[in-house]
Amino acid sequence: MKKLVKVIALVLCFAMIAAFAACGGNKTDDQTTTAPANPGTAEAAFKIGLIGPLTGGAAIYGNAAKYGAQIAVDEINAKGGIQFEYKAEDDEHDPEKSVNAYNTLCDWGMQVLVGPITTKPAVAVSAEAAEDRVFCLTPSASSTDVINGKDNMFQVCFTDPNQGTASADYIADNFAGKSVAVIYKNDDAYSQGIRDTFVAEAGAKGITVAYEGTFTDATATDFSVQVTAAKAANAEVVFLPMYYEPASIILKQAKDIDYAPVFFGVDGMDGILGMEGFDTTLAEGVMLLTPFSADDPKAADFVAAYQAAYGEIPNQFAADGYDAVYIIYEALQKAGCTADMSAADICEKLVAAMPTLSVNGLTGDGMTWDASGAVSKAPMAVVIKDGAYVTP
Amino acid sequence: MSSLKKSKLSASAVRDYFSFPLVTAAFFIITFMSSHDMLNKRMQGLLVPVCCYIVMALSLNLTVGIMGELSLGHAGFMSLGAFTGVVVSQSLIDSVPNDILRLVIAIVAGALIAAVGGFLIGLPVLRLRGDYLAIVTLAFGEIIMDIVNCLIVGHDKNGLHIIFNFKGEKTVADLNLAENGTAIIKGAQGAVGTKTIATFTAGFLIIMLTLFLVLSFIRSRTGRAVLAIRDNRIAAESMGVNVMKYKMIAFVLSTTLAGMAGALYGLNFNMISADKFNFNTSILVLVFVVLGGLGNMLGSIIAATVLYILPEALRGLADYRMLMYAIVLILVMLATNNPKVRNLFVKILPKRKSKEGAQ
Amino acid sequence: MEFLSYLISGLSLGSVYAIIALGYTMVYGIAKMLNFAHGDVIMVGGYVSYIAMARAGLPGWLSVIIAMAVCTLLGVVIEGLAYRPLRSATSLAVLITAIGVSYFLQNAALLIWGANFKTYPSLISGTLKLSLGEDRQLSIPYVAMLTVVVCILIMVGLTLFTSKTKMGKAMRACSEDKGAAQLMGINVNKTISVTFAIGSALAAVAGVLLCSSFPTLKPTTGSMPGIKAFTAAVFGGIGSIPGAFLGGLLLGIIESFAKAYISTQLANTIVFAVLIVVLLVRPAGLLGKYVPEKV
Repeated sequence: MKKLVKVIALVLCFAMIAAFAACGGNKTDDQTTTAPANPGTAEAAFKIGLIGPLTGGAAIYGNAAKYGAQIAVDEINAKGGIQFEYKAEDDEHDPEKSVNAYNTLCDWGMQVLVGPITTKPAVAVSAEAAEDRVFCLTPSASSTDVINGKDNMFQVCFTDPNQGTASADYIADNFAGKSVAVIYKNDDAYSQGIRDTFVAEAGAKGITVAYEGTFTDATATDFSVQVTAAKAANAEVVFLPMYYEPASIILKQAKDIDYAPVFFGVDGMDGILGMEGFDTTLAEGVMLLTPFSADDPKAADFVAAYQAAYGEIPNQFAADGYDAVYIIYEALQKAGCTADMSAADICEKLVAAMPTLSVNGLTGDGMTWDASGAVSKAPMAVVIKDGAYVTP
Repeated sequence: MSSLKKSKLSASAVRDYFSFPLVTAAFFIITFMSSHDMLNKRMQGLLVPVCCYIVMALSLNLTVGIMGELSLGHAGFMSLGAFTGVVVSQSLIDSVPNDILRLVIAIVAGALIAAVGGFLIGLPVLRLRGDYLAIVTLAFGEIIMDIVNCLIVGHDKNGLHIIFNFKGEKTVADLNLAENGTAIIKGAQGAVGTKTIATFTAGFLIIMLTLFLVLSFIRSRTGRAVLAIRDNRIAAESMGVNVMKYKMIAFVLSTTLAGMAGALYGLNFNMISADKFNFNTSILVLVFVVLGGLGNMLGSIIAATVLYILPEALRGLADYRMLMYAIVLILVMLATNNPKVRNLFVKILPKRKSKEGAQ
Repeated sequence: MEFLSYLISGLSLGSVYAIIALGYTMVYGIAKMLNFAHGDVIMVGGYVSYIAMARAGLPGWLSVIIAMAVCTLLGVVIEGLAYRPLRSATSLAVLITAIGVSYFLQNAALLIWGANFKTYPSLISGTLKLSLGEDRQLSIPYVAMLTVVVCILIMVGLTLFTSKTKMGKAMRACSEDKGAAQLMGINVNKTISVTFAIGSALAAVAGVLLCSSFPTLKPTTGSMPGIKAFTAAVFGGIGSIPGAFLGGLLLGIIESFAKAYISTQLANTIVFAVLIVVLLVRPAGLLGKYVPEKV
């Protein structure tokens, strides 16, 4: 037994050394590509990296954004002119892994980062990127913590406070005097961030919040208690700042007890109609603030390309990823960057160029940015009728 | 070490004490490589987390390998250490401007809180046995995660402000922070904006300290009592060994070390959140311990290093990365625990060694 | 009045936990291993029946049978490839292997079926509405009733199986003492394989009922309910078949009431706190046998 332990220890020792050597060995190769990328060649390509959860519980968001960005990269490369080399790394929706993924991409020679896709990893990585001077544009990490204090971090999506305030304003204007229930995910930065500003704004606008229920990852199976309690509190509007997967269960369980308030969602709700097997009659009358609709005529080409390539209807994350690449494309052109510039030089130029930019994308017309990194675009309130978005 | 048992002890003792020069050598080699720009950014980013996980593995090995009780909630103590460390460091940022001193204070504080947590949790947990003990540690791990999730902590000139967000209706605004106050932990949004002061050197020193504490513990009077309880509780009890007391000492030491690892971890990232320290992280550390060998401290160090780097090294496989990780994990478990495969391994090993060495 | 609704929520959640816990406890009782991959076999059962029902358009009952067949096969294969070679190893080694299998199944599912959430077509939809006067009414989803009924059937079936049939008796013998059982002419390996086959078939049923009650499907669908069900099995006394049933139901009810009357934030904490208290009072769970150690 002792002998065996030694033997195993030896094998592991070798494995460890091999692992270090393997990882360390890349260094020299990468070094040559980091500094002037493919100098001199006419088709020099910008190295664009993307970080998002490609495996694990949040894999859907990362993969959607990855695919969306891929389509944009392919379109841009087909146009000629600025060329992109594109690589996506997995972070499993974990800040620690996300920093690892970021470092890996830096070693690869990444010049601009699209991402990270989810909020907590984005906060962790943005701090690193701010120090290294790598320009980041996150498609969908919406917390203000992502951009606060970092001049090189920009967002394609609305910030959480923005959404919370806009939702409260919309409800105050259109459902005056009705009582509201909120169900949100308490261990999720996105959900809690929207809820906090929603409730604050609701208080200011005189909306009564009759019931607040939460859930966590561990209790995300069953929502019948929260739904029953909201019904018992006679809430006529139920605000659901969460992603569409739990929302789809809430809608079903509300129907089971004949509870039919107005359900009001935010951009995370987009995608519910695209869920395979989802009974769209459950979502009849659901309202949401979303920047993207797959039915929008201007998105038709993108939706068709996405469906052809991945066999699914793209959700908002895919559109955000697609837009992010195009925004970077526009910004690079405007700033006059070339692919042989270092990441830090590109970063300074893009940071200066971003506030002067106005981009028409799938998730908004005339998107502009202020120096803080937050996007300004009009949220679109839609209501679901017969399985499609309709402007009310 | 008693001279009578010298021959028996020496095999494991040599292996255990071999850890010190090995870790030191590794530290100096890596420091050298890093200062001569021979490590890429990815490897440098992994250094501190690897140190944290090594300490976690060593401390869990104390519970699982030496004490012989399965713990499925060890990440909870890491969480206590991490959040304590972050709160302490962030609130002392003005009064103790020296990063190193602040790091030391934060790590000590993290260790202390984790020790208190370990003692309180140990009281009920250590009364149970076997799988029941395991499930209760799992339960406490989840409870700690839920509770940290409900914490809102801020700091201003009047000191610390802490709210427990019991019903989910409190926000940072309820802290009523004075001007220039900062929110340190924002509930589910985690501890954001931490000034990262953890260093690889600190990680190395903590590993050495942990090794020293654990190895001298095993060879102390108390440690021998704990080993006796593990091997035969009833016999130990009848010899007059106070089972609860000795188990508690081992358990608290183990959680203290986990708290240290946590504090270092928390101060290495700009943001941490409670859900990082969930069941999966506990399991991850347990995998390190079992793979490295129960009671084998050197094994824990090596297994933690290899297994932590493995998924990163597999990034080239893209979509198949985690699938390969799972397969490697299963195969290694089979290879190290199945008698037939084991014999096969021993036979072909000389060949393998030369192959590996050649690379 | 909401009290009854909450109770029904609890029962319907608890019955799902119970049905998963039955599989857990069965495998634990005989093979003495914590099969952490059980939750992921449930997920596979969910996907297979989903494919059969929603994509191939097969009727529900047939889909369940297909899912059971696939999961049984999967269970036996996993047992043969990953667990059997470790029969003589420590239980911890087997536990870690089970975790490896769990990672494997989740990531394989991600590659095969994609990350997109699927909405599960409920086996039976609709709710029973009981009018309680003054526009108060109580809704009981049919699927919840079905789950409770199936749970009781499985519990009775398993109890009869282990006490009456030859294979069942062999299982109990293996559970008591593998060495002695072998000496008595029982094929221990075969018995444990059969245990895994039954456990995995139950996992398929559990997968179908879990997804019918809470209709979304993703590669990590099984993990959280798996952990909860494991808790439920320990709560009731791991290895005890009626204990798993009771533990599951109680866990569901406690979770519901905790959400309704104390705090939705801390529902999980309360569930675990109750578990801890119960284990301190009854160290072997509610219905578990406490076996004093012999000197």
